[in-house]
Amino acid sequence: MAAVTEPNHVARTTWRYALLIAVAMIFVFPILFMVVSSLKPDAQLLRDTSSIAAFLPVGDISLDNYFGAFRRAPVGLFIFNSIFITLVTVLISLFLCSLAAFAFAYLEFRGKAVILSIIIATLIIPFETIAIPMLMVVNSLPFIGANGVQWGWLNTYHVQMVPFLADALTIFLFVQYFKDLPKELIEAARLDGASWFQVYRLVIVPIAGPVFATAAILKFLVMYNQYLWPLMVTQSEQVRPVMVGLQYFFQLNTAWGEVMAYLSMITIPVLAFYLVLQRAFIASIASTGIKG
Amino acid sequence: MAGLELKDIRKSYGNVEVIKGVDLSVEHGEFVVFVGPSGCGKSTLLRMIAGLEDITDGDLYIGDKRVNTTQPRDRGVAMVFQSYALYPHMSVYDNVGFGLRLKKMPKPERDKKIREAARILQMEELLERRPSQLSGGQRQRVAIGRAIVRNPDVFLFDEPLSNLDAALRGSMRMEISKLHNQLGATMIYVTHDQVEAMTLADKIVVLNAGIVQQIGSPLDLYNSPANLFVAGFIGSPKMNLIAVTASDATADTVTISGPALPSTTIPVATGHGIKPGDTITFGIRPHQLVRDEAGPLKGKVLLVEQLGNETIVNLDLPSGDQLVATLPGSAILHLGDTVTLGFDAKNAKLFDTNGDAVKPA
Repeated sequence: MAAVTEPNHVARTTWRYALLIAVAMIFVFPILFMVVSSLKPDAQLLRDTSSIAAFLPVGDISLDNYFGAFRRAPVGLFIFNSIFITLVTVLISLFLCSLAAFAFAYLEFRGKAVILSIIIATLIIPFETIAIPMLMVVNSLPFIGANGVQWGWLNTYHVQMVPFLADALTIFLFVQYFKDLPKELIEAARLDGASWFQVYRLVIVPIAGPVFATAAILKFLVMYNQYLWPLMVTQSEQVRPVMVGLQYFFQLNTAWGEVMAYLSMITIPVLAFYLVLQRAFIASIASTGIKG
Repeated sequence: MAGLELKDIRKSYGNVEVIKGVDLSVEHGEFVVFVGPSGCGKSTLLRMIAGLEDITDGDLYIGDKRVNTTQPRDRGVAMVFQSYALYPHMSVYDNVGFGLRLKKMPKPERDKKIREAARILQMEELLERRPSQLSGGQRQRVAIGRAIVRNPDVFLFDEPLSNLDAALRGSMRMEISKLHNQLGATMIYVTHDQVEAMTLADKIVVLNAGIVQQIGSPLDLYNSPANLFVAGFIGSPKMNLIAVTASDATADTVTISGPALPSTTIPVATGHGIKPGDTITFGIRPHQLVRDEAGPLKGKVLLVEQLGNETIVNLDLPSGDQLVATLPGSAILHLGDTVTLGFDAKNAKLFDTNGDAVKPA
């Protein structure tokens, strides 16, 4: 093991760690600043920004900003709305996109390549360019709910979910993953008597954990961070998500401490979701059972 | 259980025809091996029987039912893949029972079948394991078990032993042969290994470039190859093939000569169609060559492989041709030695200008 104690190696390892720590700090410090600031009164918060104290929980520390945030806006409702909209969309989207990808990866049908190309081409269209036409479409769509048929989807949960149930990136992720799975597994299942849906449900889904976790994380972030669309389609507080709720803190005089408290609170679901799936991601990396 | 009938089966990908009209009859309970070099179409043909590839043209019958457009699961076939294709997230028990579960077979009956298959394949202690916890040979058993429990009319094997080491391949070969005797099922087996083909088959189908070269029992193919391809493919070491000229031809003999071989007369069946002056091919199996100081073939030793029971010698002939001879294990030879070999003319094979075998006398 002489190589390990070699001076060069030690120096290289030190540098590598120093670089990693520097990169980690770039990512960690904004979050640290947010959490620490949420505990400080506005005056101290602004004063501390010019020193290292901005990152340290020193001075007049309290949870007042959190209470203030709850007084200023229905924080709990916003968080619930966001989590509800996001989870429902993620779940349905994983199902629909993986099914579509399954068809693109394994079934033979006319025009398959063209349809997939068109879907992937939609990746280059910025959402902002289609936001207004989409608004006009959803405003004139019917919806059958508890109150019978209603026209126009504005001010509802589903207007924030349905347009995002299928997207090119998620389909593309699944297609790429499915194409790399051994074709023999699908053929063996077909010979064993499985229908296409059974192949999907009993063979493909159980071994596609990593791509489901990845797609879920990406979709969760996109949905949880939605701002423009919910701002356009919701006027009622009852259905608004967290990002639109942030506006409540920027009226007349901005209370920076409360902003930081609000941001700290709405970050928790994202971190929790990520950590849960991170575990699922690692647990689902299984041997493919192909070859020795 | 059922036999199989292939009538002028063809397969094209776009304009490229890969299977060019295969006719084959497989009796119930027969063990048929498709053999040929890589890319010859043997796996494609097997996959067409399984229903995993569409049939472009021709008719495929399993039993007396035409199954060209029948779904794979309804053809009564089970297949063992080269890569085993075990479901990685299921235990061995669930892998073997997957097909039965899909058939909605009651649990007690299913359990009985799975355990029976495990007993036949001696893998009872593996039932709770996952495929990742098994060795190559054990995975292969599971793959075979999965086929057995479905009680298919026809078993299809797609190079099932090619991922195993030599020793395991030998023992699995024996087990598959035993299994065939035990189940009495129709089996079709694809391999590029002619030793597997020779040891397992009741009938061998030699394929090259999508065309059937010859169909016959292993010994038929070995003793009477239909053409140059089969002659060169079946048998290890390969048959020696040397270009010669027909210097004379009577009704039942052909006299050949060439730079590698002095004038030699070979007895052939009448109606052979060879004319003096034709460039034809002379073939002789390595073990049919014997040391004979008066023999017609003389060459320098290039390589000696002493296997104990026999010695395989590669010779360089003055004509530039190379020759392989299988001599007794007691033959002591050194590189550069000159060796003279003879053969019995009755054992020699002749192939006409088209490469087709000339019938022996």
